[in-house]
Amino acid sequence: MNESSSSKASQSTIIDISNLYLTFETQTEPVHALSDVNLQVNSGDFLSFIGPSGCGKTTLLRVIADLEKPTSGTISVEGQSPHEARLNRSYGYVFQTPALLPWRNVESNIHLPLEVSGYSKHEQKKLSQHYLSLVGLSGFEKKYPWQLSGGMQQRVSIARALSFDPGMLLMDEPFGALDEITRDRLNEELLRLWQETQKTVVFVTHSIPEAVFLSNKIVVMSDRPGKIIDIIETNFPKDRTFDIRETPEFLEASQRVREALKEGHNDGS
Amino acid sequence: MNFLTIFRFRSLRGLLCLVFSVLTFISLQLNEINDHALNPFMVIIIAAVSLALFVNRQQGIFLLSICFAALFYGVWSVLSLIHSLNADTIIGLDVWLFVSALWFLTWHNLVQLSAIKTKDKFMELFLTVVIPLLFGSWIFFLWEVITIGMSVPQVLLPSPSLIWQVFDGAGATLLADFNQTFVRSAIPGFIMGSGAGFIIAIAADKTPFLQRGLIPIGNFFSAIPVVGIAPIMIMWFGFDWQSKAAVVAIMTFFPMLVNTLVGLNETDKIDRDLLHTYATNYWRELLSLRLPNAMPFILNALKINSTLAMIGAIVAEFFGTPIVGMGFRISAEVGRMNIDMVWATIAIAALTGSIFYGVFALLERKLTFWHPSMRKS
Amino acid sequence: MMEANRIFNNLISGSVGPVMILVTIIIMVWYAGAVYLNSSFLIDRYEKNNVNWSFSELASDSWSMERPVLPSPHQVAKELKRTIWDKKITSKHSLVFHSRVTLSSAMLGFVMGTFLGIGLSVGIVYVSALDRTLMPWIIASQTIPILAIAPMIIVVLGSIGIVGLFPKATISTYLCFFPVVVGMVKGLRSPDKILLDLMNSYSASKAQVFWKLRIPASMPFLFASLKIAIALSIVGAIVAELPAGAQGGLGARLLSGSYYGQTSLIWAALITASVISATLVSVVGRMERLINNRMGLQT
Repeated sequence: MNESSSSKASQSTIIDISNLYLTFETQTEPVHALSDVNLQVNSGDFLSFIGPSGCGKTTLLRVIADLEKPTSGTISVEGQSPHEARLNRSYGYVFQTPALLPWRNVESNIHLPLEVSGYSKHEQKKLSQHYLSLVGLSGFEKKYPWQLSGGMQQRVSIARALSFDPGMLLMDEPFGALDEITRDRLNEELLRLWQETQKTVVFVTHSIPEAVFLSNKIVVMSDRPGKIIDIIETNFPKDRTFDIRETPEFLEASQRVREALKEGHNDGS
Repeated sequence: MNFLTIFRFRSLRGLLCLVFSVLTFISLQLNEINDHALNPFMVIIIAAVSLALFVNRQQGIFLLSICFAALFYGVWSVLSLIHSLNADTIIGLDVWLFVSALWFLTWHNLVQLSAIKTKDKFMELFLTVVIPLLFGSWIFFLWEVITIGMSVPQVLLPSPSLIWQVFDGAGATLLADFNQTFVRSAIPGFIMGSGAGFIIAIAADKTPFLQRGLIPIGNFFSAIPVVGIAPIMIMWFGFDWQSKAAVVAIMTFFPMLVNTLVGLNETDKIDRDLLHTYATNYWRELLSLRLPNAMPFILNALKINSTLAMIGAIVAEFFGTPIVGMGFRISAEVGRMNIDMVWATIAIAALTGSIFYGVFALLERKLTFWHPSMRKS
Repeated sequence: MMEANRIFNNLISGSVGPVMILVTIIIMVWYAGAVYLNSSFLIDRYEKNNVNWSFSELASDSWSMERPVLPSPHQVAKELKRTIWDKKITSKHSLVFHSRVTLSSAMLGFVMGTFLGIGLSVGIVYVSALDRTLMPWIIASQTIPILAIAPMIIVVLGSIGIVGLFPKATISTYLCFFPVVVGMVKGLRSPDKILLDLMNSYSASKAQVFWKLRIPASMPFLFASLKIAIALSIVGAIVAELPAGAQGGLGARLLSGSYYGQTSLIWAALITASVISATLVSVVGRMERLINNRMGLQT
C-alpha cells in the first residue's frame, strides 16, 4: 500500500486517449474496431488489454504505436501525437511473433534499431551485450534466430525492444504462441524486467491469469464494437512471484476480470 | 513371391553381374580365339567378385574397394580392346555381355556409395562429387564403346576420345571462339541485362502503380522466345559482339526485373511494421529489410540468367556473325561435317555454363544461408 | 461522376489499368524508336535527292518504309493481318500455317518432356541412388546450350533418316523436362512428415501414399513447372526450325525474314510466337485454377 501511494505522487499521464473511434472501411460493410475509447496510462504502469479475439485490443495498441490512424478522437503519447512519438522512438514494440530477420544473427538483430537511430558500433555492441544478459541470453550473440527455440526468439525480440531504452514497452500477445511452461517463466522474467527498468508496459493478452499476474491495471474490452467495459486495478507487490496465484486476492481479481468479460459478452450479443 | 524373398537380402545386381560374366565366358569359348578378344582370366575375376557380392550379406568397405578395383580393371581392358580394333571392325556379343556385367557392377557400387550415411563434412562433399562423377564417367565409357565398337560414322557421333583430340589440334581456334562468345558477348550482356533489370525494379518499387503493371508485362516478355530478336539486333547493332550482347541483355533483363519485383514484395507485414516503429526512412527499409528478403529471388534470377546468357550469345550468332564465335563454329563445322569440332565446342560451352551457373549457386549458398530452403535440416 | 471515379480507381488499383497504360507507353516509344532508328537512312536519301524535309514528313516516311530498320506498329499489324487473315491457311505465306507447324512440334515435345520429367522425378524421389547419381547430371544437362546445338541435332537426325516432327519435338522435350523434374521432385517431397506418418498409421501401401498424398501435394509445383515448360517448348520448336531448309514454322519465318531483310515479317512472326506462348501459359494457368478449385486450394 505504502509503495503504491508513494509512487502515485511521481506518476504522470504518459498516454492519454479520449473519445477515440476507429472504423475500417471494407468491401462489404464498415467494421467498428474501436468505439468511444477513453483511457489514461500513467508512467510506470503495467497495463493489460484483455478481451475476446477481435475486440480491438491489438488495434488499440497499434493506434498508440502509430501503426493505425484513428478515425476520430484524440490521443497523446508522452505529450505528443503518436506520430511524433514514433519519430522520437519513444516505445519498443514486441509483436505476436518474434519478427527477427533471419539473415541477421541475434546480436545484429538487436543492433537493427540502434543502427537506425545512429548509435556508434561500439555503443551497439555494449547495449546488445547488456540487454542480452538482461534477458538471459549471453553467449547466444552469434546464433541465428532460426537456430533458437520460440521462447528464446521472443526473448531476443524483447531485448531488441529494450535496446534503445525507450520509455514504453508495447507488447502484443508476445507469449501467445509459446507453451505454458515457457510462458510462465517469461512472465516472471518480464515482471523482473519491468521492476528493474521502471518502464511503462502496455500489454495485450487473452489470458486472464497472465493479465492479473502481470498488470497493475487491467483494461477489459468487448467486441463489436471494440470498447472498454471496465478497468480493474490490482495491488500486488512489485516483486511478486507465481506463489500469489494461490492467494484469495489473486483469485478475486481473476473473478472480477472474468465477470467483466462475461458482462461485455452479454452486452454484445 | 517366395522365390523372390530369398534374394531380398542378397544383391540382385551381384547376381545379374554374375550371370552376364558367365555368359561372356561362355560366348568367349564359343567364338574362335583371335587376338582381339577379352582376356578370359579377367572375366573370371569379375565373375568371382560378383559371386562374392551375391553370396556375402555384409557389404563392407573392403568388398566395395575390391568391386571398384575389378570395375576399373574391366573398364580399362574393354577400352584397350576397342582401341586396338581396326577401323571397321564391329565388336562381338562377348564384349556387349561383358559391358552389361560391368554395368551391374557399377550400379551396385553406386547404390553402395549412395547408401553411405556420414556426418563428416569432407566425406559428404567427396560423395556428392564422386557419385555423379562415377555415373558420368560410365556414360562416357558407354559412348566410347558404342561409337568405336559399332563403328558409328564420325559425322553422326564422334567418340569422346576423338573429341578430346580436337582440344590438342584446334586449341587456339576454340579459345578465340570462347573469347568472342563468352567474354565479349555473354558477360557484358549478362551484366547489362541483369543490372538494368535490377535497377528498373528498384525504381519501379517506389511506385506501386508501375509495379503492378510491370510484373504481368515482364512475365509476358519472359515467356516469349527472345532468341527471335537476334536478327533484329543484328540489324541494329551490326554483326559483331555488340548485337549478341544486346540479345543477351534483353534475354536476361526480364527474369531479373520480375524476380526482383516479386522478391521486394515478399516482406512480411510484421517486419515492415517493426521497421515502421523505428521510424526508418525508405532507403533504410530497402537496405535492411526488403533487399535482403529479395536476395533468394535475385540469386535465382542470376542463376537463370547465367544459362540464358550462354544460350543467347550462341544462338544469336546463327543469324550472322564475323567468322569467330562458338555459335558460328557450330553452324560452320556442321556444314563441313566436322562433328568432332562441334562437340568440342559444345563441351566448352557446357563446361563454361556449368561453372558460370556454379558460381551463382555458390554465391546463393553464401548469401542466402538463412533461407529455409538452404538450411541444413 | 462518383461511379466513373470508382471505376477508374478499380482500374488503377488492379493490374489491368497499369498494364494498359504501360502498353500504350511501349507503343509510343516504339513509334518514336521507329523514327529514331529509320531516320539516318531517310535523311541520307533526302540529302542525296536535295529534298527539303520537315520533321513530320520524316516521321510519316519512317513509319511507312519498305524495309525499315524498325517497322512501326501499324506496319506490323498490317503484316499480321495480311499473313493471318488474307492468306489461305494452307498457304506457305500464312502465319497460321507456320504457327501450326511450330505448335504441333512444341506440343509433342511438351507432352514428352512432361512425362519424362514426371517419370524421372518419381525415380529420384523413391530411389536414393538415383537422387545422388542423376540429379547433378540433370542440372548439368541444362548448361549444355541445347538451343545452340538444336540445328545440328536436326541435321544429324535428318541424315540418318529421322525427319519431320519428332526431331524438332526432342528439342522441346529436352528443354521441358528440366523444370518438370525440379518442380516435381520438390512437390513429391512436399508433404509434411506428419502427413506421411498419418498414412503410415493407416498402414497405407507405397502406391497409396503416392496417389493419395504425394501426387495431390505436388500439383501446385507441377503447374508452376508446366507454365515454364510450355513457354520453353515454343522456344525449343522455333530454334529447331532455324537450320536452313526447314519447311515451315515460325523459326523458318524468322530466318527468311532476316535473310531478305523484311523486318515487318520478323516482327509479325515474333509477335505471333509471343501471343501463342502467352496463350498457352494462360491455358495452363486456367487448368491450374480448375484443379486447385477441385482440390479446395486457394490460388
